[in-house]
Amino acid sequence: MLQLPLVVTARLDLVLVLVTLLSLWTRLGGLGYPGAVVFDEVYYGQFLSLYMKRTFFIDDSGPPLGHALLALGAYLGGFDGNFVWNRIGAAYPCSLSVWSLRLLPALGGALCVPLGYLLVLELRCSHLSALGAALLLLLENSLIVQSRFMLLESLLIFFVLLAFFSYLRFLNAPGRCWSRYGWLLLSGVSCAAAVGACPFQGGLSRVTRGQPLQVAFGSQVTLRSSAPRPVPCWLHSHKANYPIRYENGRGSSHQQQVTCYGFKDVNNWWIIKDPARQELVVDSPPRPVRHGDIIQLVHGMTSRLLNSHDVAAPMSPHAQEVSGYIDFNVSMATQNLWRLEIYNREAESEEWKTIVSEVRLVHVNTSAVLKVLAGSDVTAVAEQSTSINLDITISHDASPAGQEQKEREAELHSPTHIDVDRKISFWSKFTELQWKMLTVKQEESEHKYSSAPLEWIAMETNIAYWLHPSSNAQIHLIGNPVSWGVANLSLLAYQLLAALYLLRRRRGFRDLPDGAWQRFASVGLLCGGGWAVNFLPFLLMERTLFLYHYLPALCYLHLLSPALLEHIHTHLLSSRTSRHVLGVCTAAVLLSVFLSYWTFCPLTYGNPELTANQLQALKWRDSWDILYRRR
Amino acid sequence: MEKEECISQWHKTRDSSIVRNRKVFPSPEQTHQSPITPESKIKQDDTPCSNGSSGDFSARGSADSPNQLLLIVVTGLSFATRLYKITEPPHVCWDETHFGKMGSYYINRTFFFDVHPPLGKMLIALAGYMTGYDGTFPFVKPGDKYEHHNYWGMRGFCAMLGSFLPIFAYLIVQELSRSHTAALITAALLIFDTGCITISQYILLDPILMFFIMAAVLGMVKFNQQSSRPFTAPWWLWLVLCGAALAGALGVKFVGLFVILLVGLNTAGDLWRILGDLSLSLVDVAKHFLARVVGLILLPLFLYVLVFAVHFALLNKSGPGDGFFSSTFQSRLIGNNLYNVSMPEYLAYGSTITVKNLRIAGGYLHSHWHLYPEGVGAKQQQVTAYLHKDYNNMWLVHKPDNDTQSQTPDLVRHGDIIRLEHKETTRNLHSHLHQAPLTKKHFQVTGYGINGTGDTNDLWQVEVCGGRRGDLVKVLRSKVRFLHKATGCVLYSSGKTLPKWGWEQVEVTCSPYLKETPSSQWNIEDHINPRLPNISLSLLKPNFLEILLESHIVMIRGNSGLKPKDNEMNSKPWHWPINYQGLRFSGVNETEYRVYLLGNPVVWWINLASLGLYLIMVAVSSIAIQRGISLQQKRLEHSDILTGGGGLLLLGWLLHYAPFYVMGRVLYYHHYFPAMLFSSMLTGVTLDTLLRNADLLLCQPYSDWLQRGGQMVLLFTVLHSFYMFHPLSYGMTGPLAHEPGSAMAGLKWMDSWEF
Repeated sequence: MLQLPLVVTARLDLVLVLVTLLSLWTRLGGLGYPGAVVFDEVYYGQFLSLYMKRTFFIDDSGPPLGHALLALGAYLGGFDGNFVWNRIGAAYPCSLSVWSLRLLPALGGALCVPLGYLLVLELRCSHLSALGAALLLLLENSLIVQSRFMLLESLLIFFVLLAFFSYLRFLNAPGRCWSRYGWLLLSGVSCAAAVGACPFQGGLSRVTRGQPLQVAFGSQVTLRSSAPRPVPCWLHSHKANYPIRYENGRGSSHQQQVTCYGFKDVNNWWIIKDPARQELVVDSPPRPVRHGDIIQLVHGMTSRLLNSHDVAAPMSPHAQEVSGYIDFNVSMATQNLWRLEIYNREAESEEWKTIVSEVRLVHVNTSAVLKVLAGSDVTAVAEQSTSINLDITISHDASPAGQEQKEREAELHSPTHIDVDRKISFWSKFTELQWKMLTVKQEESEHKYSSAPLEWIAMETNIAYWLHPSSNAQIHLIGNPVSWGVANLSLLAYQLLAALYLLRRRRGFRDLPDGAWQRFASVGLLCGGGWAVNFLPFLLMERTLFLYHYLPALCYLHLLSPALLEHIHTHLLSSRTSRHVLGVCTAAVLLSVFLSYWTFCPLTYGNPELTANQLQALKWRDSWDILYRRR
Repeated sequence: MEKEECISQWHKTRDSSIVRNRKVFPSPEQTHQSPITPESKIKQDDTPCSNGSSGDFSARGSADSPNQLLLIVVTGLSFATRLYKITEPPHVCWDETHFGKMGSYYINRTFFFDVHPPLGKMLIALAGYMTGYDGTFPFVKPGDKYEHHNYWGMRGFCAMLGSFLPIFAYLIVQELSRSHTAALITAALLIFDTGCITISQYILLDPILMFFIMAAVLGMVKFNQQSSRPFTAPWWLWLVLCGAALAGALGVKFVGLFVILLVGLNTAGDLWRILGDLSLSLVDVAKHFLARVVGLILLPLFLYVLVFAVHFALLNKSGPGDGFFSSTFQSRLIGNNLYNVSMPEYLAYGSTITVKNLRIAGGYLHSHWHLYPEGVGAKQQQVTAYLHKDYNNMWLVHKPDNDTQSQTPDLVRHGDIIRLEHKETTRNLHSHLHQAPLTKKHFQVTGYGINGTGDTNDLWQVEVCGGRRGDLVKVLRSKVRFLHKATGCVLYSSGKTLPKWGWEQVEVTCSPYLKETPSSQWNIEDHINPRLPNISLSLLKPNFLEILLESHIVMIRGNSGLKPKDNEMNSKPWHWPINYQGLRFSGVNETEYRVYLLGNPVVWWINLASLGLYLIMVAVSSIAIQRGISLQQKRLEHSDILTGGGGLLLLGWLLHYAPFYVMGRVLYYHHYFPAMLFSSMLTGVTLDTLLRNADLLLCQPYSDWLQRGGQMVLLFTVLHSFYMFHPLSYGMTGPLAHEPGSAMAGLKWMDSWEF
């Protein structure tokens, strides 16, 4: 039965609407500028192209949700994957809708602001505090910069805040309310999304991309020693022979040297050859190399075959020498057959896979194992573990030497055509990927704009994202210095206040009514805890870190500041005048936050161009890198 | 049925009343003041089968004499196992080569550098000195025969301290669990652990360190015990002993920080309890607080500083450690080239100089005949900072154009443009717009040109910090900066260690950030110019606090610089509790006398299992209490012991184990031993509590049998495994373990064990 009149009652928080609009305006305005690759876009863009071409890849930077979202935006914008992401600053082609690539992260970033507003309300603070938090988030230059490009952090922050918000909604909702569990569900979903979008490591660390997973006969590979050593080293050979006699008078085979080399080099490439056939190309379809196969390894640059024989190795005389075979006609026959053993295989006929497989090369003639010997850092030698009788089982189990290997995206064979995943179930794919993402070894390196976690708190560092090819217009990741100061100050003030309260309560002074005390404690636990959880783990990480890793933690501090101020206002200040003073101070601080936002706007939006003197004036800290073009 | 329960109750109450006696009776005259007493009296009253206090007294009287007897047995066994075959093998084993050598340095009063604080080595030296070792044995490498040198004193001293570990463990566990059997289990585990024996028998820092750690824990536990009688003599005594032991632990190795953390946390909890006790006035609370500050902070700090004062007073001769320290520091060492130095006072053109970075442990500006490898900036000659004195640290000061030598050389002034030529390779100090090898924000510094001919990138402007244009550059005393003329960057030592290609020396860069930091400041240390008169320079002698600070920073740098090397085996923390791999102390092949540091696997695996068991037991008891299940008094007490005493031990284990997971430095198996002591103590508490609750499973007489039986089986297992594995500690010769004739035949249970 229809009841008339049909009425819809809507309540609209105009402040929230206003804040949202402002946020959309700051994040989405002029999104297509600059029409060039900005900073890590060069990194995520590569994945984007791979997605567009539906190529399987391994990425150590994190789970694929973020990439997939970016790819979705690109798909909707009609990006076909045909763009070479090779350097920062490369101009996008006109056909490419830059706007659509950047839309999704910008939306995520923009929605963080109303979410912050709602979160502070959920923490049972007043609307004024909520507005304060929203303004701090709105005017945070670093969040704006990070949102406006094809980067993942803004999505990550959005999901983190969403999870936090919906969990609070769940807690605060009246019991036995059906929608309560909806919020719990949403919280769980956004947690998963946050983890899924979380870039474990952004930055320009190169990963193995676009490589076939499977190693086939004819593949070009580099073989990395998996022996525990600080720097990785690759099986290497070069056009130099072992000396006829060593300094101590021992003789050698005088054949080509084989070493383990710690730098990437063209001489690290080897081709896998089937001993039964002469040609080196990959068949179509490729014939995978499996556990137990007999192979030969051809050195790419010198065409020598990896060989070993009963000659003492240069540094470790108890082991066999490994060489690139040269036929000197001195009755030294070739012994260049190697049996492949996949150390971490699950099935007996497992295929050799890129990176994942740890393999061991067993010399067929002598049953020795290819190994980088400790002590002789540059010599790969075949080692016989038992000296007299070749007890095969012992000799194999005693030396856990293996090689991880990498395969070049070979011009021989396009990677896109290998379809290895068809038979694998979703779960095995899933677990394999998880494990791989956690275990892919990272090479520790420093980047020009990388920084240490402790530098983030005082924002002693910045990141130059983009510089106009001809003018001084540039975009930097620089936070709003005033609001960072406010954030740090409120964290410190909260800790001091909490310590004071705790000590006094322990002595029986109840300064606050129980309800207020619990609210104060929960605000601190949630916001301060959120900050700690998002910041402290970085102190223990040994990877390349950048300023933008601090942004999620910073958001929590921006939620804490207004909540703390409100607490001071209601519970610590009793007289009317002091409350007025606090109000005026707050207004002044907000004004200066806005002013400093305005000051740094040219570096945030890359527009307008500044003169060198103006840029110099913006260098508030000596440690900031701001670029000047010499005229 | 009821009667049976009553009997069992009676047993329990007797047990628990012993416990309570220990809590309450030590101070009968204070019982009316103690806040615990009324509560425990009530507890006593509501146990219906209690037979009054006469039985309790007799129980207590009889409890003390077996205690002393057991303690004597533990002491005897402990000393016997540690001192047995102490002089075997008569050659240098493993790290004896370091610590024995450092002992000799003290006896010879030669300055050296080590990453550990000095107390341990000083004690070793003292022990050696007292037993007639004269410091002449060179300790070159493991395997060197001692021959006529008196090494037994140093080993014996370490073994003596190591022998105290089971005794301390016994006392600690007894205090925490109030059970002889728990204490005895712990002592047995430690006495018969081959690892503990081996590590105690050689000239190492570990037995000394563990002695102080255990002493500190014992002091802390005893001090906690006195909490009902604050400010009495025993209370002060244990406080001071604990503080002194803390200073000792930190004075031996920085690992001592973990036990300081343990004591600190315990003390913080204690103070929190006191603060919450509203019957105490704030003045009392302040007294408590100050007493702990004095006993646990000021006293240890004083002792620790005292150790360093003795260290600096003893080592007054120049030695191998000089280069790690600043020029002023070196000037106090007899025999150093800066001791009562005389050289030309002002820097001049044509001089040969060494340039030292002012960053602590910054090193000398250095170059050598090696190029940067491909892919690391330009492939030119490396320039590094090097901590040792070396002829490759020498540089020549030139004018930008080739010098026109006048009779008296011109002096270098603030603002002058100079060229620094490396004396050995005749390359100029050079920089250009390539990234530095490690610090990518900075520019690369290389050696460039030949015979002093280079290009404009070889020019550097000299700037005296705080000076004005025209000021002269004072040797040793001026802080100098070198600004690169072409790029405007400043010569900088980043302190990062270069990889193998850079010979693990320190990176030198050119920093575009012009802030004045010690890293970008240098001083001229050696200054040779035959055409200028040498003048005796009295350096500012550094004061003690400066020396102390400097030596600490150098030590910390040294510690974090101990990165895993390629050819060293790299032990991972998760290897340790499962006893995955030991360390070769001596001997490799069949003919040699082999000693292998490996914990008794039975003991270690019992420890590991008990950790899990402990967590399960705590979870079960907490859940039971949380759900309000009414438990007998005895069970509640057991639960208290588990969470209180056991929790403390678990915390100790965690604090001594978990930090290794985040440590970047190279790790060894023996780093686990302090944690292993805590783990063994926890095992004692856990297994004892488990066996005492055997009556949950069986009824009265059988449960007692089960308890006794379990204890016997445990003791026998430990003893038998010790009998099997004792050759690991006491040495083995002959065939290796995988051959049938070996003493260890069939005992190589894990392939990773190398004996």
